[in-house]
Amino acid sequence: MEAFTAHTGRAVPLRRSNVDTDQIIPAHWLKKVTRDGFEDGLFEAWRKDENFVLNRPERQGASVLVAGPDFGTGSSREHAVWALQNYGFKTVISSRFADIFRGNSLKNGLLTVVLDQKTVDALWELTEADPTAEVTVDLEARQVRAEGITADFELDENARWRLLNGLDDISLTLQNEADIAAYEAARPAYKPRTIQA
Amino acid sequence: MGRTLAEKVWDDHVVRRAEGEPDLLFIDLHLLHEVTSPQAFDGLRQAGRPVRRLDLTIATEDHNTPTLDIDKPIADPVSRAQLETLRKNCAEFGVRLHPLGDVEQGVVHVVGPQLGLTQPGTTVVCGDSHTSTHGAFGALAFGIGTSQVEHVLATQTLPMARPKTMAITIDGELPDGVTAKDLILAIIARIGTGGGQGYILEYRGSAIEKLSMEARMTICNMSIEAGARAGMIAPDETTFDYLKGRDHAPQGEDWDAAVAYWKTLRTDEDAVFDAEVVIEAAELAPFVTWGTNPGQGAPLSANVPDPASYEDASERNAAEKALEYMGLTAGQPLREINVDTVFVGSCTNGRIEDLRNAAAILDGRKVADGVRMLVVPGSVRVALQAVDEGLDKVFTAAGAEWRHAGCSMCLGMNPDQLAPGERSASTSNRNFEGRQGKGGRTHLVSPQVAAATAVLGHLASPADLSDARTPAGV
Repeated sequence: MEAFTAHTGRAVPLRRSNVDTDQIIPAHWLKKVTRDGFEDGLFEAWRKDENFVLNRPERQGASVLVAGPDFGTGSSREHAVWALQNYGFKTVISSRFADIFRGNSLKNGLLTVVLDQKTVDALWELTEADPTAEVTVDLEARQVRAEGITADFELDENARWRLLNGLDDISLTLQNEADIAAYEAARPAYKPRTIQA
Repeated sequence: MGRTLAEKVWDDHVVRRAEGEPDLLFIDLHLLHEVTSPQAFDGLRQAGRPVRRLDLTIATEDHNTPTLDIDKPIADPVSRAQLETLRKNCAEFGVRLHPLGDVEQGVVHVVGPQLGLTQPGTTVVCGDSHTSTHGAFGALAFGIGTSQVEHVLATQTLPMARPKTMAITIDGELPDGVTAKDLILAIIARIGTGGGQGYILEYRGSAIEKLSMEARMTICNMSIEAGARAGMIAPDETTFDYLKGRDHAPQGEDWDAAVAYWKTLRTDEDAVFDAEVVIEAAELAPFVTWGTNPGQGAPLSANVPDPASYEDASERNAAEKALEYMGLTAGQPLREINVDTVFVGSCTNGRIEDLRNAAAILDGRKVADGVRMLVVPGSVRVALQAVDEGLDKVFTAAGAEWRHAGCSMCLGMNPDQLAPGERSASTSNRNFEGRQGKGGRTHLVSPQVAAATAVLGHLASPADLSDARTPAGV
């Protein structure tokens, strides 16, 4: 995973709530067996409308998505995170994320930042009025900064440490091999098995 | 202090707990399918890691599989490649696989329970958000992303922060014609698509205790539509009766030991939930969705709501966008909405009891002219049971299409899709924009409402059908 320390970029204000992962990346894209090449599928249906915010010339190259509440609901597809990253987003800001999407994003180094809706509103107003306005998401300081806006955000220390260092979860877990083996040895005999081991 | 059901199952699976770190949880059962696993197997290959516990892992094919002509090569080359990738990965790593054409193939959340692999007090994961289904057995079951699929394959564990717990208590008797689907749609409309976020839900109360395992699975299945990763129901005699004698259920002394443990899996009297919701069963009615998220639902007898009636700006905006997408007008009676397609199936309502409920209404009746009805059993075993009971004949005599098992039109990854502008009454779980096909419009309903809607051509409940039945044999 790529480490995330701080990022500054222009924003895409997405004034929609309940953006489900079917909208982020429609199901027919899920047939791919790689983690890349999903950028053209990002918000595919909405991008057919030339006025959709992502299609506006002034939003090209933007890397901070500022979305409405309940972003990433629905399907567990990690392809939604890959699509956002493949397109060029480094971070997503919303007042509320769906649990599975949030977990997926942090495992891939896409920083999802929870801010209160008032701050999200302020970011929308700022970046709609001035598309060149830059937004900084600083994970070290746990702070979002833009012109006239400074907002602290929370992220649990463990997740932050993993992101700052770009650590691989599996390697970390395998350091606890002895604990896993001890747990396995003590499991009751009645637990189900799919095949005879 | 006492513990909730979720806390008990969680505590029993903690491999390692350390200050400032998420708990490391042991996973008892890992279900795989073709869509969310290829990149995980790639990760294992690149790191040179094996699957740690092949005996706790099982795969099937469901999302891409066609429901017609399954003996012929799959027409879509991309779908075919994805299924072939799963077959190759399972062969290479040694994972048990039930491919298309196998008698145990089907929707992954139908297959696990019917094999008896889903058991009370276990942890179950799958790269699919509807893994919450398995919570109906008192299992802690939740959907995971592909990175976590790789993590479980490699370590049989997951680092997880413990969610809070929410009790959803439903006491009393469900009125006639009100099903588990109506109940869960009403719950989601009440607490919202984000209401369960950060919680494990526990459904409890006398109305829940009276439900069959199939009905409990329908409810737990849609926990994720309320934002909760997992939903659970305490195991009881109904659960034990369902499991006894299944292929992978414990036997002999193991059965007795298991049941003794399973009986401890109840929320203690003095346990405290972080949140509680109470719903009176008697106040419920057949429920349908009108919008583009599962929280946008209403009783069938209601009208399409007026977006202006929402005080919250974001909800008002969402309702406006939903009505525009759905092609509906505020104030229009829900019963007057005509449909082109009816879909009965999915991990929500593709089990034998669901098919029986739909067939009982279609028996001696006809699907309305101009309406296409697809019946897709959740698994090959469900299909065989339905054929055994003659349900397939009831469906085809009524003019419905009897298809092969799979996820099918729930998400349209196979050829079963809505055309742009087409409208469905669907027993599946998501009414998102384009979910069942680009431009398709979905109303979520119970199997009973689906069947009545198919007969009348507009959203309807069985109570609306009083004189539409042709005597059998005519």
